[in-house]
Amino acid sequence: MMAAWVRNSANIMINRFKSKMGSLGMTNFSSWSSSFTRTFPVVPASCAQNLRIPVGDFSNSPAHFRFCSYRFESGKAETLSDDGDANQVLDLPEGKVKFSYELSFISESAEERECCYRVLDENGKQILPSSYVEVSPELSVKMYSEMVMLQTMDNIFYEAQRQGRISFYVTTAGEEAINIASAAALAFDDIVLPQYREPGVLLWRGFTLQEFANQCFGNKADYGKGRQMPIHYGSNKHNYFTISSTIATQLPQAVGVAYSLKMDRKDACVVTYFGDGGTSEGDFHAALNFAAVTEAPVIFICRNNGWAISTPTSDQFRSDGVVVKGRAYGIRSIRVDGNDALAMYSAVSAAREMAVSEQRPILIEALTYRVGHHSTSDDSTKYRPVDEIERWKIERDPVTRFRKWIESNGWWSEKAEIEARNSARKQILHAIQEAEKVEKPPVADMFTDVYDCPPSNLLEQEKLLRETIKRHPQDYPSDVPV
Amino acid sequence: MGIRRRFGRLITNWVDRKPFSTSSAIVEQTGKPLNLYSAINQALHIALETDPRTYVFGEDVGFGGVFRCTTGLADRFGKKRVFNTPLCEQGILGFGIGLAAMGNRAVAEIQFADYIFPAFDQIVNEAAKFRYRSGNQFNCGGLTIRAPYGAVGHGGHYHSQSPEAFFCHVPGIKVVIPRSPRQAKGLLLSCIRDPNPVVFFEPKWLYRLSVEEVAEHDFMLPLSEAEVIREGNDITLVGWGAQLSIMEQACLEAEKDGISCELIDLRTLIPWDKDTVEASVRKTGRLLISHEAPVTGGFGAEISASIVESCFLKLEAPVSRVCGLDTPFPLVFEPFYMPTKNKILDAIKATVNY
Repeated sequence: MMAAWVRNSANIMINRFKSKMGSLGMTNFSSWSSSFTRTFPVVPASCAQNLRIPVGDFSNSPAHFRFCSYRFESGKAETLSDDGDANQVLDLPEGKVKFSYELSFISESAEERECCYRVLDENGKQILPSSYVEVSPELSVKMYSEMVMLQTMDNIFYEAQRQGRISFYVTTAGEEAINIASAAALAFDDIVLPQYREPGVLLWRGFTLQEFANQCFGNKADYGKGRQMPIHYGSNKHNYFTISSTIATQLPQAVGVAYSLKMDRKDACVVTYFGDGGTSEGDFHAALNFAAVTEAPVIFICRNNGWAISTPTSDQFRSDGVVVKGRAYGIRSIRVDGNDALAMYSAVSAAREMAVSEQRPILIEALTYRVGHHSTSDDSTKYRPVDEIERWKIERDPVTRFRKWIESNGWWSEKAEIEARNSARKQILHAIQEAEKVEKPPVADMFTDVYDCPPSNLLEQEKLLRETIKRHPQDYPSDVPV
Repeated sequence: MGIRRRFGRLITNWVDRKPFSTSSAIVEQTGKPLNLYSAINQALHIALETDPRTYVFGEDVGFGGVFRCTTGLADRFGKKRVFNTPLCEQGILGFGIGLAAMGNRAVAEIQFADYIFPAFDQIVNEAAKFRYRSGNQFNCGGLTIRAPYGAVGHGGHYHSQSPEAFFCHVPGIKVVIPRSPRQAKGLLLSCIRDPNPVVFFEPKWLYRLSVEEVAEHDFMLPLSEAEVIREGNDITLVGWGAQLSIMEQACLEAEKDGISCELIDLRTLIPWDKDTVEASVRKTGRLLISHEAPVTGGFGAEISASIVESCFLKLEAPVSRVCGLDTPFPLVFEPFYMPTKNKILDAIKATVNY
């Protein structure tokens, strides 16, 4: 039901979507002009496309003296003869490669960093001229309301952990726009392979607050049967794979899921999320490469929030972030302001369209900031300045920014704000109270689902355990039914 | 890669590794003589033929694989169902898990068991826990991981290892190892169709060496059921895969000395058939386990401990283990490293005369 609502109200007006590689080797979005609310000028995906990058600094290298200096300075390849074209191409199985007669290395970085796509400025004002996929008033309000719900849920669950009512929690603070706007741009049939900081996607898909609370409390209504730590949600009926704590393992799996959709000719794609830290894992590289080679309809969304627990991105990689890695694998990529819900919505809408209609992977790097601690087991003021956190929390908050935009359009008011926050708070508190009342899953659930049916060793171990429990009931939690 | 590829065609034989076959007890089936890789190939043909949701993929799988196990499959079933992957084991397994999670039968080939370790995380933390962690909302039971394993006479460190014990410590997966062509076909089809992720190790020494009649039709052999392949009264020998042929030779030699050996092929290592081994040990009172993998922490240790727990008063001698030594698999020293026929024979005699 929600899926239908989302699709109908999304009003994505992408009628014609050309995506040939432009002459600069990038997607030319200018053909979208009819789709966008405003005429869209040709903005290069890269600010530094096709620049002739001088070779790196050899001045300290003894090798420098062995080469003729003109080879470094020359901007032109020397040709041996005018009609020698055939000799200037290396014919490889996968295609031709031109020869160069310059000893010129590709620079380790472009002169300028890749640009970041944005629609709203930090005051929620639309930057003119900007191009974006139109969002209806209803959808905008729904997106904002869900961001408020996510924020409120995070605050209350975080407090519940602090009070010792749940064992662990992870907030999404600062990344609400990535969560909600990306979810809003997808179709319900699209399959999500999440990391652990995207509960907003599940919230958007209709996972109820009660379902969230049941998981965090590990009660018998938890679909995971109390086996995993809080926040490891998963819901088959919402096309949302169960979260594991391991980093980036979901990425190559997402490619396999996408390959299945491709073989079944489904009008759907896979979306998988991960952080900046995850891009250092082998699975990230495996996944991008497999996706490119298998031409799988999968969108990789990197939430580059600057911090992998306490490790800043400067200790994580030396590339220009994550977006530049796409091209190395032959994957179309975009860098987006992750705190701009409109930009995020537009980028994911466009990515989805390309992924499904062209059967190809897309990489999105969403720049953001992890305003909260890594988890309830972390105190991030130990490794980063408080004023940095505060600046992002107050001046760059994606929820406030989107609120300003919908308010300026006359779609939201102070009254609506108070009502939304009060209602969210009430609903969440109620869900927590209910979840707390539900008993834990029975001991029998410990032995099921290891395999499709329990093998003899598990049957024997269950029998032995039950006998032990009878002898030493005081050793075991009283709230777990035996 | 160059080294890996050469392996497909070079089988040397420094030891008398006789073709080993399924016991006469169930040789009522007729069929054509097939070697082990052809039997695997036939099983894959049947799997692809009988279920359009079956996929076979891995490094060099498209042209038939370095051991020829996937010969002809891409031509027959198309490159979308039988295909090469990039050279990346964690990618192969991650991809396979995702494919299997969508209700497909994903048959992933790891070119050598020695190279399975980059995929260890995907197998241990992902495939094995996929069903459990989701409360059975999701599973990747359609996943089968095929990998050639074990000694081959000249494989050195990285084309010889038997890493089965690592996987036997992981609840949620099954580990299966066949000993002959017919077993390979029937067990592989069971693994592919089993609703749990399975690691299927193929004894590469036997790919060409082991030949027996294999029924052409679609048949399956049960998982988690050991098979008594030779009956005897004095000592029970337990093994799996290529090692069984060495063990059988030791049994024949021992017979000349009047020792009657019972030989059991465990076939599935987890979850393993303790009942069959237990029943045999209760009868013979003695147990010897033999595997190529290093003795310390090998799966033989688990069998030994379990049997001592359950059959202590029936045992007339300590459990004996004749296994690989605790060194990396050594090239020149392979004949010294291996649990050879005479090492087993000596251990049989020592155990019986204890």
